[in-house]
Amino acid sequence: MMPSQEESTNEYEVRLGKLAALTSKPTHYCSGCEHGILTKLIANAIDELEIRERTVVVDSVGCSVFAHEYLNVDAIQAAHGRAPAVMAGIKRVRPDLVAFAVQGDGDAVAIGLQELIYAASRNEPITIFLVNNAIYGMTGGQMAPTTPEGMITTTTPEGRDTAYTGTIIDASKLLAGLDGPSYVKRVFLPVAPLKSRDLYSAAGPLEGARSVVNAFKVQLAGGFSFVEFVSTCSINWKMSVLDSKKYAAEVLAKIYPPGLYKDKLGIEKR
Amino acid sequence: MRDMLLGVSGLRHSRSEEPEEKVTAREFVKGNEALALGALKAGLNAYFAYPITPSSEIPETLAREFKSPQYPDFKVFLQSSSELEAINMVIGAAATGAKAMTATSGPGFSLKQEGLSYAASMEIPLLVVDVNRGGPGLGNLGPEQSDYYQSTKGGGHGGYRNIVLAPNSVQEMATFPSLGFSLAFKYRNPAIILADAFLGQLKEDTTYPPIAEEKFDTPWATTGARGETRHVLVSLHLDFDDQSRHVEHLLKKYEEMAREEQRAELYMTGDADVVVVAFGIVSRLVKQAVNALRAKGVRAGMLRPITLSPFPSRYISDLVSKGVKRFVVVELNTGQMVYDVKLAAENGVVERLNRWGGILPSSSEIVAKVEMTSA
Repeated sequence: MMPSQEESTNEYEVRLGKLAALTSKPTHYCSGCEHGILTKLIANAIDELEIRERTVVVDSVGCSVFAHEYLNVDAIQAAHGRAPAVMAGIKRVRPDLVAFAVQGDGDAVAIGLQELIYAASRNEPITIFLVNNAIYGMTGGQMAPTTPEGMITTTTPEGRDTAYTGTIIDASKLLAGLDGPSYVKRVFLPVAPLKSRDLYSAAGPLEGARSVVNAFKVQLAGGFSFVEFVSTCSINWKMSVLDSKKYAAEVLAKIYPPGLYKDKLGIEKR
Repeated sequence: MRDMLLGVSGLRHSRSEEPEEKVTAREFVKGNEALALGALKAGLNAYFAYPITPSSEIPETLAREFKSPQYPDFKVFLQSSSELEAINMVIGAAATGAKAMTATSGPGFSLKQEGLSYAASMEIPLLVVDVNRGGPGLGNLGPEQSDYYQSTKGGGHGGYRNIVLAPNSVQEMATFPSLGFSLAFKYRNPAIILADAFLGQLKEDTTYPPIAEEKFDTPWATTGARGETRHVLVSLHLDFDDQSRHVEHLLKKYEEMAREEQRAELYMTGDADVVVVAFGIVSRLVKQAVNALRAKGVRAGMLRPITLSPFPSRYISDLVSKGVKRFVVVELNTGQMVYDVKLAAENGVVERLNRWGGILPSSSEIVAKVEMTSA
């Protein structure tokens, strides 16, 4: 049961139950998937910054294609990979609006890498939340540019051989190497199993919450913000939810180390 | 050459110094330049550019006029990294209700098709100009009309229709952006101006319409929710019944467009036995040919489709009912519009004359073709 305002001192707990930026529709996300967590963090940030009536979510192709069904804001769907270009079009004409997209790693780092890089290089005042779960989710578990060496996917049934398929592309590092973007950050989003298998650390979602707010603040200050969320996909990884959290913490977080890669406006220090 | 370049830039400078006098003055300009200025007169808000010959004078002209006090509504000129990025920027800008456009030529027009399919489904009004060059592949830089299918039949996936306008003069290059935006917003549908390399590069005397005050109602635009009223533009309808209803809705719109918006120019068709059908630059040659045929006593006329989509089939069936027995379709391709003419002409005889690769037929070739089919 959701604790009432009187009982709780945790601002997020109190607010998550009745966010204006959330619709009442239950999400389609698989159990254990970080997309659901991120959706709530975004809604929370929109409410906190009081930007709901000037925010446009650009649905990108992948598991976040129904973002508009859960987020109570204006919305437009982009073709696979093109969300940054659509957002640039919106913001160039209407800089007073807030535009953001939740992109997957296939969407942003494969088919849409060009749109991503150029939007970042122009420092378009848009926000991109990248859910990096190292695999194509919605299409059923194919190799992504982020798939680590050896991972079994439906298109690498023997495990990914990077000598043959190419090495991983690290989007945060890539964007941080550009002069343009204002804010590039990588966050480990899953709840992480602690030593006792019954306990989890919520540090990831809490860091995620702060980063989502900061990302919007960067956009409001006129800069490009990009937050990559290292996430899980237990269904397509063919793991239990618990094992997927362990794998993310033990393997993925080492390949994709969390950290603040770029913060030109010093937003994290404010 | 140097003088020519200086001459052109000199003209531009005098324009910006005396903006008001130049608005309605006759000017001797290239088709592409006329189209760009015509778009500005039509109240263009945003242009997203990617260069490709033979259309590049359009973004070049707009870059030059960007921030001119004469066009306060022209808020955005931005060069993109690709044709794909440009069309998707147009979609984003247009989704907020802005008059947004881009221009390209065949190879780039292929890349626009992805965006056009999404815009058609989400019913986002926007304008794309295709200055048709020779093809397929890289082809060449000469004039062709080989993008007729791609523009009129819904060149992207999934089955949809664009509004397609075909100018035949530099004057129409200047006025069709306004018509294109009007129709696009009226029907919430992508509009295409299908020009060709000849029209793009041709210089003619041109006057411009006054700057449009026309503001379109855009209650659907994604400009932020008002209370619980949201604006949601989506092209994904996973439920089969939903998708089916959506396609039906689009179909009804296309049928309405076909009822209301067929446009064509008729020339000497009143008593014609044979009518030559041609659009764009070819129609100029056909008009000469018709005059020559009339001088020889052949009762020839011309039908020039102005809207290629919706195709002016009603004009053709009217001509058939008035006794026209034969049509000759002249196109700069291997034969595309000819099939639309055949559909509309039903039992009429439909002949064709085609040139491609950048080569235009001469008017005497057209005369000869008509005489041969009359014999």
